[in-house]
Amino acid sequence: MALKDFPVDECLLQGNASCPGCPATVGLRMVLKALGKKTFLVVPACCTAVIESLYPHTSFDVPVMNIAFEAAAAGASGVEAALRQQGRSDITVAAWAGDGGTYDIGLQALSGALERGTNFIYICYNNQIYSNTGIQRSGATPYAAWTTTTVGGKTEFRKEMGEIVLAHHIPYAAQTCISYPEDLYGKIQKAKSIKGPKYIEILAPCPPGWRFSMDKTIEMGRLAVDTGAWSLWECENDVMTFNGKSKLLLEKKVARKPIEDWIKYQGRFSHLFKPERDEERLKAIEEHTDHLWERYRKCYGKI
Amino acid sequence: MTVMMDTGNRIAAKAAVMAKPEVVAAYPITPQTTLVEAIAEYVARGEYKGEYICVESEHSAMSACIGASAAGSRTFTATSSHGLLLMHEMLHWAALARLPVVMCNINRVVGPGWNIWVDENDSISQRDTGWIQFYCSSNQEIFDTVIQAFKLAEHEKIVLPVMVNLNAFILSHTSMPAEIPDQQVVDDFLGNYVPKWKLDIENPTTFGNIIGPAHYYKVRRAMQDAMLNAKKLIPQITNDWKKASGFFHGDLLEYYKCEGAEHILLSIGAIGAESKTAIDELQKAGHRIGLARVRVIRPFPTEDIIKLGKQADLIVIDRNISIGSEGALFNEVKAALYGESDAKVTGFIAGLGGKDVTYKDIETMCLKALKDKVREQQWYGLEG
Repeated sequence: MALKDFPVDECLLQGNASCPGCPATVGLRMVLKALGKKTFLVVPACCTAVIESLYPHTSFDVPVMNIAFEAAAAGASGVEAALRQQGRSDITVAAWAGDGGTYDIGLQALSGALERGTNFIYICYNNQIYSNTGIQRSGATPYAAWTTTTVGGKTEFRKEMGEIVLAHHIPYAAQTCISYPEDLYGKIQKAKSIKGPKYIEILAPCPPGWRFSMDKTIEMGRLAVDTGAWSLWECENDVMTFNGKSKLLLEKKVARKPIEDWIKYQGRFSHLFKPERDEERLKAIEEHTDHLWERYRKCYGKI
Repeated sequence: MTVMMDTGNRIAAKAAVMAKPEVVAAYPITPQTTLVEAIAEYVARGEYKGEYICVESEHSAMSACIGASAAGSRTFTATSSHGLLLMHEMLHWAALARLPVVMCNINRVVGPGWNIWVDENDSISQRDTGWIQFYCSSNQEIFDTVIQAFKLAEHEKIVLPVMVNLNAFILSHTSMPAEIPDQQVVDDFLGNYVPKWKLDIENPTTFGNIIGPAHYYKVRRAMQDAMLNAKKLIPQITNDWKKASGFFHGDLLEYYKCEGAEHILLSIGAIGAESKTAIDELQKAGHRIGLARVRVIRPFPTEDIIKLGKQADLIVIDRNISIGSEGALFNEVKAALYGESDAKVTGFIAGLGGKDVTYKDIETMCLKALKDKVREQQWYGLEG
């Protein structure tokens, strides 16, 4: 669907408590436009718990159940079971969790819910850090990125959560990014139309967490895709398709931009450039990204 | 009415299924397993028509119950020991979210080392989570208490989760007869669950978002008021169930031969049942001693304990220990009596780690209490 045809109704209301340039609110607006008002949202501890605003107010025009950090998928399982008993197949259950709540503390509950075939959409908005608690490292934080718990830069590469999900062979899994609203909207809509467990991960560049200017959120997402730091794909019934620019990268129809084009705008990588270039780590990032894409080509490319 | 000759776990499962929860979510742990296996058999036979979610942990079991309850469904789960402790965070969550989840907990020792026998440290350590806590002493009581638990939890003046505790093996795996009323009796007693609040697309509300100190303080107070309401409503609901089913096991406490007693023994769970035999023997020997078996530890039956303290000296047996302090019941009984009674209270720790506590042991403890003037809690049966 083209941007101009998106529903005008807003389920995320104005005056919420998000930071300027917040990618989560961009994602939430699109997600809720695609899901509509007949949606129950399950939210664990994450930035969205702040965006919701302070009791007795709320910035959501859909019912929201907050739940403990590691419990989004399990809580959603209960909601979904109750709705099935009540015959309410018209209501979509969506868990909306950050990368900390997905990659790390919530991974077990997520895996359990996917394996059980829970009929829900699990959406991870991935800003690659524990942003709500003040920018700590998560399993999604990229190599060499500064966080408050990786002061000299993270020493490990991020894990591939999407591929962990794929190992569950659920009907639908996808990766998207807030910078591609049509891609995001289309994937949420598709997920809504499919029965069973669905997983969608949205890259969400976080200005205060990544240390870039708050007017550059969308640009940071696009550069992540252009440089291959992030990929757009969907996997329906085990059939994998890379989308948009990521498809062109996979098929080598366009060259992957150097990863430096993305990280040079982010203060969290500034120690790789000042006081002098850290050639070793810059090379390691580039090589790791090349390796990642070669593996993608082997696993998911046309032979 | 039928008589069911079966284990405590299977009778608990029967009660749970007859209460018709729309959602059960559970994870296996010894010695709770035969309870959830029994529910799976009801599912297989088509006798339980609700959802049965086999989750991947107890934390997720309670989280799923929370989700189902928030969506407006009656929910049930069961666990034990380490499972209960893994749920700890979500026990607080269910209670603070004011969700009337009902759970059976099979009282089992906490490791290390691994020990599957009975003591009550698992549930006693969860006293502050905001759950109403019952302790049963027979399979009949298990059945009746599970039914009562749903009624209490869902009562509009309570709306709190309820934990029904039964001792590992002594009750969970021991067959005893229990009279099972007709389904209609249970249906009429419980009625349909009408949630006071729920996730509702017609009334989109955000539950559990950030709350400031002033509101949070009020929320806590409301929970305390609900617990105090439960204290008043437990006698009413247990009596209503007596009218419906014929069974009564006491309300907050069960009194046994307390009339004219100069000493009253307070005990919990299976020791409470064994205590009756001990009291019989002690009375035969001419001692003026009775029993008050504590069925409910949250809300704590402060007023009833004060009455007992005004009548007699008290003897307390705890199958738990708050390390660094005392047994929980001993501690709380003395706190209840403060400024109200000068009764002498003698406390014993007994049966930790599943060590057997026979009526003879209970007699010995009582005789020691009658004789000694010792005020500090004593560990009975350490030797051997």
